[in-house]
Amino acid sequence: MIYNEDFETLPREVMETLQLKRLKQVVQRVYHTVGFYRRSFDNAGVQPDDITSLDDLKKFPFTTKQDLRDNYPFGLFAVPMSSVVRLHASSGTTGRATVVGYTRRDIDTWSELMARCLVAAGVTKNDILHNAYGYGLFTGGLGVHYGAETLGASVIPISGGNTKRQIMILQDFGPTAICCTPSYALNLAEQGRAMGVDMKALKLRVGIFGAEPWSEKMRAEIEDALGLAALNIYGLSEIMGPGVAMECIEDRQGMHIFEDHFLVEVIDPATGEVLPPGEPGELVFTTLTKEAFPLIRYRTRDISRLLPEPCRCGRTHIRMDRITGRSDDMLIIRGVNVFPSQIEAVLMGVEGLGPHYQIIVDREENLDTLEVQVEVSEKLFASGDEVKVLQGTERRIVKDIKDYLGISAKVKLVEPKSLQRFEGKASRVQDRRRI
Amino acid sequence: MKVEQLSIFLENKPGALEEVTRILKEAGINIRTLSLADTSDFGILRLIVDDVDRASQVLKEQGLRINRTIVVAVEVPDRPGGLHSILAMLSQNGINVEYLYAFVERSGEHAVIIFRFDAPDKAIDVLQKNGMTVLAGAKLYGL
Repeated sequence: MIYNEDFETLPREVMETLQLKRLKQVVQRVYHTVGFYRRSFDNAGVQPDDITSLDDLKKFPFTTKQDLRDNYPFGLFAVPMSSVVRLHASSGTTGRATVVGYTRRDIDTWSELMARCLVAAGVTKNDILHNAYGYGLFTGGLGVHYGAETLGASVIPISGGNTKRQIMILQDFGPTAICCTPSYALNLAEQGRAMGVDMKALKLRVGIFGAEPWSEKMRAEIEDALGLAALNIYGLSEIMGPGVAMECIEDRQGMHIFEDHFLVEVIDPATGEVLPPGEPGELVFTTLTKEAFPLIRYRTRDISRLLPEPCRCGRTHIRMDRITGRSDDMLIIRGVNVFPSQIEAVLMGVEGLGPHYQIIVDREENLDTLEVQVEVSEKLFASGDEVKVLQGTERRIVKDIKDYLGISAKVKLVEPKSLQRFEGKASRVQDRRRI
Repeated sequence: MKVEQLSIFLENKPGALEEVTRILKEAGINIRTLSLADTSDFGILRLIVDDVDRASQVLKEQGLRINRTIVVAVEVPDRPGGLHSILAMLSQNGINVEYLYAFVERSGEHAVIIFRFDAPDKAIDVLQKNGMTVLAGAKLYGL
């Protein structure tokens, strides 16, 4: 099934004509409304009129996450705040979060694209959707929610956490579709089994999973544990949120990128050079229709490749493969994006902590765990030799990580010099997950 | 009348204690008494040694985190009710004990209790007024 057949099956030539028209408009608009783009284009010696074909885009400079941070919070908005109806943000301490805004029309577009995703998964207005993506500043919860309502499905806005209650609702309300991170789907299955619930006997028919990297092996595990078809969705808040690309249930190989709204390029992350379709590299997106927060050539740091072969579902939109990695040090922990530098900023904010720390990410019972090891400084231990002083510091760090970054961490104080010292660039992260 | 105690931060892992005892042994330092407070992740080893300055110097040189804390050593008769009588007078005077540990003197007649108080001066005052024997550091280190 296809939600918007007119746009999702446009012949390539017509699609490219539409893309070029929209690209010209957005490049003009940002040049005249956002100071950052005017400076960035001027510095690169390009003008909006230089766009005469889609290929001309590669002359334009990239936009990076650092640019977003430098313009925190609203510096890249292309409309006055009176036109902005919604704000979302990534987690982070001041100046490290990225903030995105939406106009009324942006919300409508997002809702439609998310509805397209649901329909690609075979969801209809007769379905009940269990939406376990987090609601709030994270785009996952509300993005899926609006899409489901646009489609007319019945949404259960359960959000994240409180797993026992989720299992009760899965049994009692009988949802037929579920959205969450793939690791949480496995955790639900495991906890359900531990409660004596036959998770395969639930009415769930299809699951739409994303917001973190996963694998074909995990897909098979989820499908086996929950008795449903598991599909992959892609999105990032900077570009819009969930619903940038979606797998179709017919082919289930790669995610269709909604090309009438997003222009995709794949680049060599080292040189910035555009790679031919099929080559693995970093995904770069340009938003074609967004009003409040348009982005030109945004470097996602996600590594994937484009799959230009036509799809039997009938959609003409190009597909992208699973995300296979990152070209930066961002960690995705239970669906929350975290940079080691953000954890460092939290630690630096706690009185008496030394500069040496290590981050250990692992997965236990299908849930990501974050352990932060910090060396006890002379100052901290001099402030008291009582257990309560040290445990108080541990608790303070746990609370600050939770408050600023929204993730639960285990904090462990360690002896000085027990952590590896680095010459040059420090590698303070150990990711032990096997995905 | 106060005693200096050495506290050492240790991770809860095999060999952590052994490293401390090895350093002290190599420096020829004698341990008078000790106690170990532990949590699931870390421990705090508290020592009374015969040479606090030298002990803290060698441990610091080996990169250990140490803390020198003032504690109070009280001599009590080694018989039933000995500790109770001290705690009763402390509680009557509203003095809080952070932690304590004890050992028996060589003669076997007395036990020595090491107390960590929030307010050691007030505690010493109360104890002495009530006729308790508070040991000076020098005496304890040489016991």
